[in-house]
Amino acid sequence: MTKPLRLWHYLTRYVDGFLLGGILLLMLTGLFTLYSATDANLNRVTNQALNMLVALAIMWLIANIPLEHIMRIALPIYVAGLFLLIGVMLFGEINNGARRWLNIGVTRIQPSELMKIAVPLMMAWYFDKHEATLRLRDYAVATLLLLLPVVMIMRQPDLGTALLIASSGFYVLFLTGLSWRVMGTLLVAGAGSLPILWSMMHDYQRRRVMTLLDPTQDALGAGYHTIQSTIAIGSGGVLGKGWQNGTQTHLDFLPERSTDFIFAVFSEEFGLVGNSLLLLLYLMVIGRGLIIAANASTQFTRLIAGSITLTFFTYIFVNIGMVIGILPVVGVPLPLISYGGTSMVTMLLGFGILMSIQTHPKLVKT
Amino acid sequence: MSRAVELRNHPRELHHFRLRLAIGAGFVLLLFLLLFTRFFYLQVSQQEHYHTLAEANRISISPIVPNRGLIFDRNGEILAHNYSAYTLEIVPNKVADLDALINELSSVVEIAARDRKRFKKLMDESKRFESLPIRTRLSDVEVARFAANRYRFPGVEIKARLFRQYPKGDIASHVVGYIGRINDKDLEQLEANEDLANYRGSQYMGKIGIEQSYEKELHGLTGFEEMETDAAGRVIRVISRTPPTSGNNLTLSLDIKLQEVAEKAFGERRGSLVAIDPATGDVLAFVSKPGFDPNLFVDGIDSENWDLLNNSIDRPLNNRALRGLYPPGSTFKPFMALAGLELKKRSAQNGINDPGYFSLPGSTHRFRDWKAGGHGYVDLHKSLVISCDTYYYGLANDLGIDNIFNFISQFGLGKKTGIDIEGEVSGLLPSQEWKMRRYKQKWYAGDTISVGIGQGYNLTTPLQLAFATAILASKGAAFRPHLVKQVHNNRNGTVREIVTQPLYTLDLNPDNLTHVRNALIDVTRPGGTAALAGAGAAYSFAGKTGTSQVIGMKQGEKYVESKIQERHRDHALFVAYAPAENPKIALSVLVENGGHGGATAAPIARLVMDYFLLGKLPEEAAAKPVSQGDGDEHAHD
Repeated sequence: MTKPLRLWHYLTRYVDGFLLGGILLLMLTGLFTLYSATDANLNRVTNQALNMLVALAIMWLIANIPLEHIMRIALPIYVAGLFLLIGVMLFGEINNGARRWLNIGVTRIQPSELMKIAVPLMMAWYFDKHEATLRLRDYAVATLLLLLPVVMIMRQPDLGTALLIASSGFYVLFLTGLSWRVMGTLLVAGAGSLPILWSMMHDYQRRRVMTLLDPTQDALGAGYHTIQSTIAIGSGGVLGKGWQNGTQTHLDFLPERSTDFIFAVFSEEFGLVGNSLLLLLYLMVIGRGLIIAANASTQFTRLIAGSITLTFFTYIFVNIGMVIGILPVVGVPLPLISYGGTSMVTMLLGFGILMSIQTHPKLVKT
Repeated sequence: MSRAVELRNHPRELHHFRLRLAIGAGFVLLLFLLLFTRFFYLQVSQQEHYHTLAEANRISISPIVPNRGLIFDRNGEILAHNYSAYTLEIVPNKVADLDALINELSSVVEIAARDRKRFKKLMDESKRFESLPIRTRLSDVEVARFAANRYRFPGVEIKARLFRQYPKGDIASHVVGYIGRINDKDLEQLEANEDLANYRGSQYMGKIGIEQSYEKELHGLTGFEEMETDAAGRVIRVISRTPPTSGNNLTLSLDIKLQEVAEKAFGERRGSLVAIDPATGDVLAFVSKPGFDPNLFVDGIDSENWDLLNNSIDRPLNNRALRGLYPPGSTFKPFMALAGLELKKRSAQNGINDPGYFSLPGSTHRFRDWKAGGHGYVDLHKSLVISCDTYYYGLANDLGIDNIFNFISQFGLGKKTGIDIEGEVSGLLPSQEWKMRRYKQKWYAGDTISVGIGQGYNLTTPLQLAFATAILASKGAAFRPHLVKQVHNNRNGTVREIVTQPLYTLDLNPDNLTHVRNALIDVTRPGGTAALAGAGAAYSFAGKTGTSQVIGMKQGEKYVESKIQERHRDHALFVAYAPAENPKIALSVLVENGGHGGATAAPIARLVMDYFLLGKLPEEAAAKPVSQGDGDEHAHD
């Protein structure tokens, strides 16, 4: 092998080409949409491109670590995350009425972001350990491992993150083969506890739910977002108004159009055709993730791969659902497209794990 | 071991897992289909509808600011209202050369130096795209003249706006407070409370006093108009209008006439007076002198007036009644006396011999009475009437700091009363635990002695003193002091009364109460420290004088008022309630650097009670001297 070839081999040995291709296409779409959403602000676009490069580097790093190592740190990461969440509860900085950040001297961190990965890792680790003798008690313990951080995050309050972590944990439970009967019971119990959840919610969270039921009720606040984003999407039509030609976007009607509501910009300018292509692109990535999960060799890797992939889907559904007005407005970004570094890193960390699962030699051939 | 088990179960498990995974995939497809259906609905079926909304006519939503609620006193006199007037406003970032523009404007509309200064200050505090007033209250002639010249001034506009006005000026300024322009800090607060939507379009909010504390009631609900605009943003027609709801009107418990009498009685002196109805907790008067004119703040205060107020050594912006901290001095003694009786450390029958000082056993340090040589035989009654210090030094030592703290905190000293305006401070009633926390030192027996006469670490606000006096007046029932009596809902016309249930009622022995209350009546009679202020009163009233030290005296040094700079003189205090048998009013008076409580503070209380109980205006009472005649010992306490 020549030198450059060897370098190429070294760089790509643990990278899943198909997955990477999908991710890069989505990122590119994100950059173009951002350029339009920010009225051709190259600074923001460059900034976001840098975010993406950092996240890709982290993904590559993770992909190079064999899963046995990651499995070993599942428990410590989870425990550390729990302590950090308690720290937030006690000493967290209050920002916009929510207590999410913890100042650890050198920098501020948001432990709930760490838990997005730590919770499925921990649950998968737990099920892997007790794989041979799975009993209902094990499910109860795993559910507790899930609920502890979710409740703490909900109380910060950060409903969006709590929801995503809850779903990532639910996917692990679901994939271990939790019986339908138990799941049905959980569902009924969940529906029964809705009034309790309602009483635990903060005023603004309740208002958001009420706003979903009747957007005109809060036409100057959260309802305004939904009203304007639906107009943007609907007026986009089949073919869209064309890149940088969205009137809703460029006449300043759309709020938060580079972050949580960026899908409205995309949809106004690229129409139903663009939307369909975007969904297909996402479907490609999700499909690849599920295939990786199906081929994974151990309980741990299978559960992790499945949970990461389905959580990725949840992001997409919750974000688009909120922009098109079928879900309440919760702060969930559109993965790989919305502006922002933190969620980009979390997302690609997950993809790094998927790649590692796929590309490292498997213990058991199937 | 576990690995072996896994291998054995492997195929069946894997099958199970893949089945679940397939169900997950189906779930994904189903929900994506749902999304697609919604896309189809919006972008194909309803495309025309939304296309019309977005393209041909664009909907813009503009807020309609509600009228701010009005503030009245308990008799319906208006304390804060709105009037509509024209203002001339400039959007700074639409103007290239501001100075030149303002110069040119002044040829059309009069613009004073004060207007320019205020505008400068506003610009520093606001964003460049905000519309800022350069002139307020334009006359009709000025409006017409500007309208004719409007084309010359792009970026300048005439707007009709509601303005806040405080007709009573500096009377009760610390209570009513003022509104001011919303700044960045306010915006952050509004965002944190998720109130930002309701403040779209609002430019003002309460900054201090009732205006601040009852902002939620006063502001009202913002309405909005949905309008169609053309591509250039010009309004074509109004689609729908949701009218705003005016803020709620407030009726205060304050009697503004009484407040005026009280403020006048202070003259040029600094100080505070708080009067409370002991049966309800209604705050009848709430004085902090000097005050300020709240009207200056409404459109942004100009720097000259601001410096004048902010840098004055009289500190007119400081709410002394709410935030001023002073040692209670001898006004602390009635509560000490009650503590001595209730905890059975003293009886009304037995007295002490006062040599003029108190020393702790085994110590040579002398805690001196204000009267050299002492008062001779002193019992509980006399100790209050002549305000004997030695009696309370000994009592404090016998009670100990824990008993003093536990008993007297029931009267609300050293903690917030919970009054309904923001910014109250808690003061300090010292305790062992506090000293350990604050100074990391244990409590010494010597610390207790001066606490007994309201000095030492003691710090109270005039409001707390009035609250404690009201509890004494109502024989132990504690009502939370409150300034707002009724909230009138402007939407449905209902009136919400502020409920006057006692917070708690102290379980006090009636005999003990009678001993203390009788002594307090004699304080205002010949021979008492407030005899001067009590002379000729048509009703009987109970009171207690006090002085609080501004600078410490060395051992053996003598306080001579005439030799001490005015600002270093003692503060004069007086607490009282009247009529003594069935009190209608309880109050505290503090005169900064006023010297003796009996000489300067008590006469003010008398004027206020005369007006409240008899309707007597101070002009009629003015024949009586108010501040002099304190050469003898009676005036001291």
